[in-house]
Amino acid sequence: MNSSDTLIEAQIKLLQPSNISHADVEQILAASYTKSHDYADIYIQHTEQESWVLENGIIKDGGYSISRGGGIRSIKDDLTGFSYTDDITVTSLMRAANLARTTANNQENTKILLQQKGEAASCYTTNSPLNSITNAEKLDLLQYIDTSARKKDARIKQVIASLTSSHEIIFIASTDGEFAADIRPMVRLYINVIAEQNGKKEQGSYGGGGRFTYEHLIERGSIDSYINEAVRQATLNLEAREAPAGQLTVVLGSGWPGVLLHEAIGHGLEGDFIRKATSAFTGKIGERVADAAVTVVDNGTLENRRGSLTIDDEGMPTQCTTLIENGILTSYMYDKHNARLQGVSSTGNGRRQSYAHLPMPRMTNTYMLAGNYSPDEIIESVDHGFYAANFGGGQVDITSGKFVFTASEAYMIKHGKITYPVKGATLIGNGPDVLTHVSMVGNDLNLDEGVGTCGKEGQNVPVCVGQPTIKVDNLTIGGTSELDA
Amino acid sequence: MKKNIENLKNIQNAQDFCLNEAKKLGASDVEVSISTGSGITLTTRLGAVESLEHQSDQILTVNVFVGERKGVSSTTDFSETALSKIVDSANTIASVTSEDVCNGIPEQELLTSDLPNLDLYHPWELTTEDAYRFTNECESSARDNQSISNSEGSTISSYLQTRSLANSNGFSAQYKSSIHSLSCSVIASDNGNMQRDYWFTTHRDPKLLNEFSLVGKVAADRAVRKLNSRTITTCQVPVLFDSLIAKSIFSSFVSAITGPAIYKRTSFLTDALKKKIFPDFLTITEKPHIKKALGSAPFDAEGVATTERELVNSGVLHSYILDCYSARKLNMQTTANSGGIHNLIIESKENCNTTDEIIKSIKKGLFVTELIGHGVNIVTGDYSRGASGYWVENGEIQYPVEEITVAGNLESMFKNILAVSSDADERSRIISGAVLIDNLMVAGQ
Repeated sequence: MNSSDTLIEAQIKLLQPSNISHADVEQILAASYTKSHDYADIYIQHTEQESWVLENGIIKDGGYSISRGGGIRSIKDDLTGFSYTDDITVTSLMRAANLARTTANNQENTKILLQQKGEAASCYTTNSPLNSITNAEKLDLLQYIDTSARKKDARIKQVIASLTSSHEIIFIASTDGEFAADIRPMVRLYINVIAEQNGKKEQGSYGGGGRFTYEHLIERGSIDSYINEAVRQATLNLEAREAPAGQLTVVLGSGWPGVLLHEAIGHGLEGDFIRKATSAFTGKIGERVADAAVTVVDNGTLENRRGSLTIDDEGMPTQCTTLIENGILTSYMYDKHNARLQGVSSTGNGRRQSYAHLPMPRMTNTYMLAGNYSPDEIIESVDHGFYAANFGGGQVDITSGKFVFTASEAYMIKHGKITYPVKGATLIGNGPDVLTHVSMVGNDLNLDEGVGTCGKEGQNVPVCVGQPTIKVDNLTIGGTSELDA
Repeated sequence: MKKNIENLKNIQNAQDFCLNEAKKLGASDVEVSISTGSGITLTTRLGAVESLEHQSDQILTVNVFVGERKGVSSTTDFSETALSKIVDSANTIASVTSEDVCNGIPEQELLTSDLPNLDLYHPWELTTEDAYRFTNECESSARDNQSISNSEGSTISSYLQTRSLANSNGFSAQYKSSIHSLSCSVIASDNGNMQRDYWFTTHRDPKLLNEFSLVGKVAADRAVRKLNSRTITTCQVPVLFDSLIAKSIFSSFVSAITGPAIYKRTSFLTDALKKKIFPDFLTITEKPHIKKALGSAPFDAEGVATTERELVNSGVLHSYILDCYSARKLNMQTTANSGGIHNLIIESKENCNTTDEIIKSIKKGLFVTELIGHGVNIVTGDYSRGASGYWVENGEIQYPVEEITVAGNLESMFKNILAVSSDADERSRIISGAVLIDNLMVAGQ
């Protein structure tokens, strides 16, 4: 579907049911904007979502939801006024526009003339995942996961699998004089298994997804590998010893361990924190923040990826922004508001959880580019270290720069070899300098399979992370056993 | 208040419509819940208003049971078209999910019949001018501290909510509540090193909020005292968790004894009922009927009447946290916890000292005031989180510490609780004092 077809579809779903005309949209925008304002926009959204959950061998839950509404934002210098409504009608949107304006309506309103924004290259299908396969097929898939996981290993005593999808249609018009629309699909499959042996329990999780339909998820043929991974991790953890406490050389696996980049530097490069000078990375453009082998990008244009967007939630086409090039900090990530106040351009990173939330600078797909070493060479170079093959979530304090992420699969490295598995542990480091301690970058760049969600100021958005295998010379590992020599 | 009456009528109509439609489509039982709310949030940063948000939310959820199968749908759109669509969709889902004898609405006798007045509704005529004045007063007081170099701002919010529930057993009830809060987050700096911290006040009754200038002052003091933090050498010591964060440990306890974790056997406390999991002096009580409290509710998300009960007495676990489904799964009674817990009070029956008195008793240990990360595994009880706080020696705080982790296993951490302070933090559904836990692994350099 090209931009024009997407726009027509959005108008049918969002504007036509309440007979909202092009001129109405211009008038609503005008009501939220006077000559003294800098910017106003209107964001109308319709989201359909479904979820299916299997546990204890049965289809326990099925759910469907509709979320519809419009948000209006009006900006004057540093001040943002915002109001939203669940009722997409001219009356309710006009009321929201008047509330968002924040100033009395005694100033001369400006006439707004809107035209369609130029074509943006689409990153995904506009088809709805919800009805791409039948309900029976969805449930069969979940039952297959249950049977298959239990068959793989008799120690698997519980399987919890969830299959969710959403289809979102948005329409955005702004006082920049343009309007645009986007239709976004999303699918996510997540598998959590519990292994039990001699009264000891451990879990393993894996999953995948992205901006496509269920059909595509099945055609990719990765589901068996997700089941294998979840079962492998749970049973492996049954054998795991206590993780060490203290500082060691750490090797991080490729793919999801890229959550390191997301926490350690990604958040600190978001334009709102930079404008407010609350990030430890403020004023560091052009400075060395990483080893010369490190190049990091935020790329919203990748096809079908969970963090991808054809246009962001302010109507800007997404782009591939190089954040760190050969170790030098080259760019921050901006939405329109913070870019305007900083006198720079938006990098297409303006995102919001929904019409009921204000946009902020957010990451899309953030990853480190591949280097020269094979993963084996990296492991072989370590005499005594910690190999974190997979991770759970992380968190950062962007002001002090301290960040954590929690390993879900880890091993000790002794004399260049991976030895025994150890239990998960939280790793803690200092964002502004952790990448200067990256001494080897692998040639095996991978992005995560598409299950990540990033939370910021109470708003959740889907993201992707990625990296090749990397070696970090010193990180603190939060285990429970004493470090042996 | 014409708008409220209209709202009430709309809620009633939407509920009746969904109940009738679902029955027409062949549902054996139906439950419709509606939540509506409105409010404002204003943030002032560096003396000027940064954002003003007007909230207005509504969501309707319908649970449909067809025999022993269940389907759920929800919508923010209350038009008849949308309501018909979600009821139809819930019925369709209920035609394909698994048959499960544990499904169904609560038995009639469990449903609440008379609503206690919990005094949860205290509207606040907060004008934007006042909202600016209060946040500015709060932030200015923080910035009066010479070491405060920057601010993330002060935010005030006031929100009113109505929760309604009706089911096909003839149950229909609703209650209103309010929540107001003011917070402040500021940055202290010294030689290029920055530290941020925050403070807040929150209450159902705006008259009972803390003084706004005090909130700013505390936020500033907290940020300043973190300056010049350093890491420490890896060690095994007693760790005192500040009351603000101690509740996170009991929130893990809640996750570990909540129905689904028990019947799925995905909790390290799966077989812990009637067993001693805490020291003798520890008592944990759920008190859903405390007037004006944040977690108070007359009935749970299924309409079951809430009651006060002891979860832990003399360290022994006496009850899980259950809704109707998990109770039936376990052959037990629901504890009226569909939707969560209602005021969980953690108390020590002896040695009721304040946080400061406990610090004085520590010979060598760590006082943790902030935790980050998600390193809690409910399946195994393994605990490993990022932390910052203060190093304590001979009963005195020595210096601030950061870039460390605290680790252990919740099962032994619970048993190794040495003290719970008497100065509890009441700004939460889980109300606990500071908690001193022996023998945790602290990783640093």
